[in-house]
Amino acid sequence: MTALPCTLVGGWLGAGKTTLVNALLRQAPPRRLAVLVNDFGSAGIDASLVEGATGTVLELAGGCICCSYGADLLGTVQQVLQRQPRPDALLLETSGVADPAAVARSLRLLADVQLDGTVVVADAQRLDALRRDPYVGDTVRAQLAAADLLVLSKADLVDADALAGLRRTLPDVPVVDAEQGQLPIDVVLGLPAGRHPAPLAGAAGERFVSRSAGLPAPQDVDAIAQRLTQAGSGVLRAKGLLTGADGRRVLLQVVGRQAQLSPAPSTATGPDRLAVIGLLGLYDGAPWS
Amino acid sequence: MAPITVYRARHILTLNPARPTATHVAVRDGRILGVGPLDELRRWGPCELDDRFADRVLMPGLVEGHSHLMAGTLWRYTYCGFFDVHDPDGRRVAGSPSLDAVVQALAAAAQARPDGPLTGWGFDPIYFGSRRCNRHDLDRVSRTRPVGVMHASGHILNVNSAALQAAGLLRPGIEHPAIPLGDDGLPSGELKGPEGMGPVLALVGLDRSFLSGDEAGIHAFGRLAVRAGVTTATDLAATLGDDEVATLLRVTNDPRHPVRLVPLLRMIGMTPAQAVERAVALRGRSTDALRLGRIKVVADGSIQGFSARLRWPGYFNGAPNGLWYTAPEAMRDAYERALRAGVPVHTHTNGDEATALALDCFEAALAAAPRADHRFTLQHAQLADRAQFQRMKALGLGVNLFANHLFYWGDEHAAVTVGPERAARMNACRSALDAGVPLAIHSDAPITPLAPLFTAWCAVNRLSASGQVLGEAERISVPQALHAITLGAAASLHLDGEIGSIECGKRADFCVLDDDPLAVPPLALKDIRVHGTVQGGRVFDAA
Repeated sequence: MTALPCTLVGGWLGAGKTTLVNALLRQAPPRRLAVLVNDFGSAGIDASLVEGATGTVLELAGGCICCSYGADLLGTVQQVLQRQPRPDALLLETSGVADPAAVARSLRLLADVQLDGTVVVADAQRLDALRRDPYVGDTVRAQLAAADLLVLSKADLVDADALAGLRRTLPDVPVVDAEQGQLPIDVVLGLPAGRHPAPLAGAAGERFVSRSAGLPAPQDVDAIAQRLTQAGSGVLRAKGLLTGADGRRVLLQVVGRQAQLSPAPSTATGPDRLAVIGLLGLYDGAPWS
Repeated sequence: MAPITVYRARHILTLNPARPTATHVAVRDGRILGVGPLDELRRWGPCELDDRFADRVLMPGLVEGHSHLMAGTLWRYTYCGFFDVHDPDGRRVAGSPSLDAVVQALAAAAQARPDGPLTGWGFDPIYFGSRRCNRHDLDRVSRTRPVGVMHASGHILNVNSAALQAAGLLRPGIEHPAIPLGDDGLPSGELKGPEGMGPVLALVGLDRSFLSGDEAGIHAFGRLAVRAGVTTATDLAATLGDDEVATLLRVTNDPRHPVRLVPLLRMIGMTPAQAVERAVALRGRSTDALRLGRIKVVADGSIQGFSARLRWPGYFNGAPNGLWYTAPEAMRDAYERALRAGVPVHTHTNGDEATALALDCFEAALAAAPRADHRFTLQHAQLADRAQFQRMKALGLGVNLFANHLFYWGDEHAAVTVGPERAARMNACRSALDAGVPLAIHSDAPITPLAPLFTAWCAVNRLSASGQVLGEAERISVPQALHAITLGAAASLHLDGEIGSIECGKRADFCVLDDDPLAVPPLALKDIRVHGTVQGGRVFDAA
């Protein structure tokens, strides 16, 4: 059985993690997501998505589920892994004080889970004060440092100069603005294997760009990975099956500045291809350009 | 009219300053009718004179303000500690003076029970020299059955190869600070903190029932309480689901159950609003023997686990600062909601930065939702300094200090965690009293054994296990320590009007002793034999 892909959504209390999760759940189908939250909070899962509850599991629209893990994160993940049918992906919302890097380390102990990136949500209005806070500043800075992708919430409530100043001080990973958590699901969860990315509808089309096409074999796979992950490439996510100069077929996965190369699964057939989703105006069409 | 029993004692220490000592105490309906000379008590009406305590000393039933029901559950596993202890039935269980002895104790348990995981607790290899225990040591217990040994601190678990294998961790390529590797690149078998232990706990037999206390565990806890002279005890981090509350109600309603329990709802996996709502709902289900409706909030981790939040300059050995377990916003929100609802909150703060944050959050919450006599309490507050005690006093907060740490980990704190200077002001009972902060002291059983007289001994003498005095200036007197383990702890639970002293109208809760704690040398306080308790007028023998 292939490992269950898992994306972490981290960030300080009130940053907008749950808003993002709700927005993703609305565009999840046909993917069946398992969402894990620390608690069913007051700003919890959108009630209009909830279809029922079995024990501690909320049944959501489109075959998605939501569980609260409280003090037993790994135990809850293991229960999700055993569900039939198994979810297509896991979206884990960390607690507001957690260091996503520490959560990621714990998840890597589970052989059946494949970590697919850490998305950290930060409140553009509060971030600067929080990261200088004498009590929690170090925790907030650690959260930012753990991000593969940074999502700035409430950026529309900050004036342009202040926002530009803030962005200059952020870690060197792709930063996207999200009003009310509106982000394409492929950006947060990664591109689906063996399918083209979902078309970028509505407002998303004004901010993001996606490309999906074949690439002739062989390719310099390392060079492609490097190009996609270099500073300012504008690449948020990429996934592809490529044949290297040595004739071996590999799976390339990119989230922000991180690239991962692994042997292509034996089930992967068909011609070499690559899909990329990036920031409009920044992503230059690599590696095809 | 219910019958009156008058107990004659060699000496009665009442802790009521208006009548500090006496020879007789009259009990009716489980409550104290009077304490004083026999001829005075006879004026309440016909009574039966009971001489069973004629050679004993009675003092108020002791109150453990910070313990866990887990202290009863653990005895089904193998004790692996260094010090000799007594089990709930009073049997002396020898400590293990070496790693070999630990292995032997576990091997004996393996013989006695032919299958399933093997679980040990109370392990403290700090006394075995510098070599760390590894999986190969525990492979000598079994190569096929999972073996897990919990350290006394509760922060490290040692496991064998079979346990690692079952958890899928016996493979190269593990990269995790909580899972150190051996020279062979495989996990050494030491698992640190909740992150490291999490994947293995259930496999080595430490599942949820071990944490929450099942029926057998609660019974065992009751027997431990009788042996320690304890008549009221807290379970300071309870989950209090409906099933657990039903179990607690059933067990504590049994007339043979000897200890009043005060479980606090731990705020985890729920929002502050949900926690307060749950506590209010539980409050209505309280009985005399089970007091519900309080909340526990955990601000940071532990000092010896380097997960406590320390102020500058941090840990003596340079370890990075610890972790926040609850966000400040959630703490403040919980405090404010709880103040409005009249739900007391006890906050775990080990490091002084955590204490500072709790004070800041509480100050803001109290300004928003003023309430007199709220009885909010800081638990542990091990590194609180005099300025912080002044703030506690100003905000009406009580404190329950972890005096036992001075003995069990005092040497470690002086040498490694906080250094000699700050170790001398850890669990600063004198500073708390000087500032006028209501003081309780505790064992955190099972982290250290349930034995309030030993806890009092720690606060009075401040001796570490190696015999060094840690901060002579923070010692308190024996009467002050006895107050802390009776009325002080009772006051932290808002029960000081009912228990904590022997006087007319209070519950007939006594601790039955061999000697007068005020008459023995302060160094002998811990050695006074406890014969049992009287709880709600019912007599329980320790034997």
